[in-house]
Amino acid sequence: MEVSKSDALEIRVSDDVVLVRQAVRKWAIELGFSLVDQTKIITAASELARNTIDYGEGGTVRLESLIDGFRKGLRLIFLDNGPGIADIELALTDGYTSGKGLGLGLSGARRLMSDFRIESRVGDGTRVEITRWK
Amino acid sequence: MSGSKTTDLAEILSKHEKGLLDDWLGELIVEAKAGRGTLRENELRDQCREFLNLLLGAAKAGDFTNLQSKAWTPVREMLANLSRSRGLQGYSPSETATFVFSLKKPIFARIRQEFADDARSLAETTWAATELLDGLGLFTTEVHQKAREEVITRQQQEMLELSTPVVKLWEGILALPMIGTLDSARTQIVMESLLQKIVETGSGLAIIDITGVPTVDTLTAQYLLKTVTAARLMGAECIISGIRPQIAQTIVHLGVELTGIVTKATLADAFAVALDRVGRTVTRKAARS
Repeated sequence: MEVSKSDALEIRVSDDVVLVRQAVRKWAIELGFSLVDQTKIITAASELARNTIDYGEGGTVRLESLIDGFRKGLRLIFLDNGPGIADIELALTDGYTSGKGLGLGLSGARRLMSDFRIESRVGDGTRVEITRWK
Repeated sequence: MSGSKTTDLAEILSKHEKGLLDDWLGELIVEAKAGRGTLRENELRDQCREFLNLLLGAAKAGDFTNLQSKAWTPVREMLANLSRSRGLQGYSPSETATFVFSLKKPIFARIRQEFADDARSLAETTWAATELLDGLGLFTTEVHQKAREEVITRQQQEMLELSTPVVKLWEGILALPMIGTLDSARTQIVMESLLQKIVETGSGLAIIDITGVPTVDTLTAQYLLKTVTAARLMGAECIISGIRPQIAQTIVHLGVELTGIVTKATLADAFAVALDRVGRTVTRKAARS
């Protein structure tokens, strides 16, 4: 598997979520994802970007175009140095939120993508990696 | 001591005004040709002459250390206008600041000429000139940036107004066509204007059309749910229309429950439902004989 293109964006204020969505849309179109897939990836990116601001005190997202043999994919890595998540299982439970949202963002993002990996250490920050294969 | 050096600088400016203007203009024209070169030479000459004139006036009044003082107001105003107009013409901040910075070379040359055998005065006067022009150059950059920010703020305001028309489709039926991103600031206004309009018109039905909303994530869904609930509390039912296939699939995967809310694929479908609820039907006119 090789990374054919990559870029990083800052996520600091809520307007940055819009910029992340726009960038992801552009990349997804370039890779030839269908409209449904584009919308899924963009929505997942939107959820995680907002989490990065609301719960991670801001961070970055790394976009990567992947080529693995015949298949192509788009990988997004969200990084923050916020307080971290103590109980990842709980955070991934539908309807659970430590804030004021619907509690579906993280679990929803997992369902919208092909691969989902989350690593978090309390006091250290959180890293969420999502990939969608075409 | 610095007072005496600034007096020296004022004298040099006054003594060499004509020569400085020509040299400076020469510098600017070279720069302009290297760049976009859209500024007309006459216009540039007028600007340079005016600036030198004002600079001289302010320099004679003394105080070089405080550019915020009253003596410098005309110079600051002139630079602010120049910077604003160039900003609007699409010049970059550094291109704008070059207007001031390019005056350094001609002034330094004159200072060198005047104090050829006085190293100390040369250094001190040069320093005074540098400080002054740096201050003025940075000022143009600040104004430039401020002008840009004003444009951005204005556009944001316009966007807010643009996106919130509540229209009446029929007696008792309102429609809210939403366009663009639903973030907190905008949704707040949209929600308020819809609820307000429900009261004003006494409507019992409101159609929220999201055809123009590119992404419906959990936050957007939450806003929609809140709006529907608030309308319901006021005795009005909401119908959400414009749910395209890709949005429907995404909502399902997200796990957002829209049960209890009437949703339709198109505004036309929603309107048909609404008309039915208020007891109206649309019929074809009888064909003319």
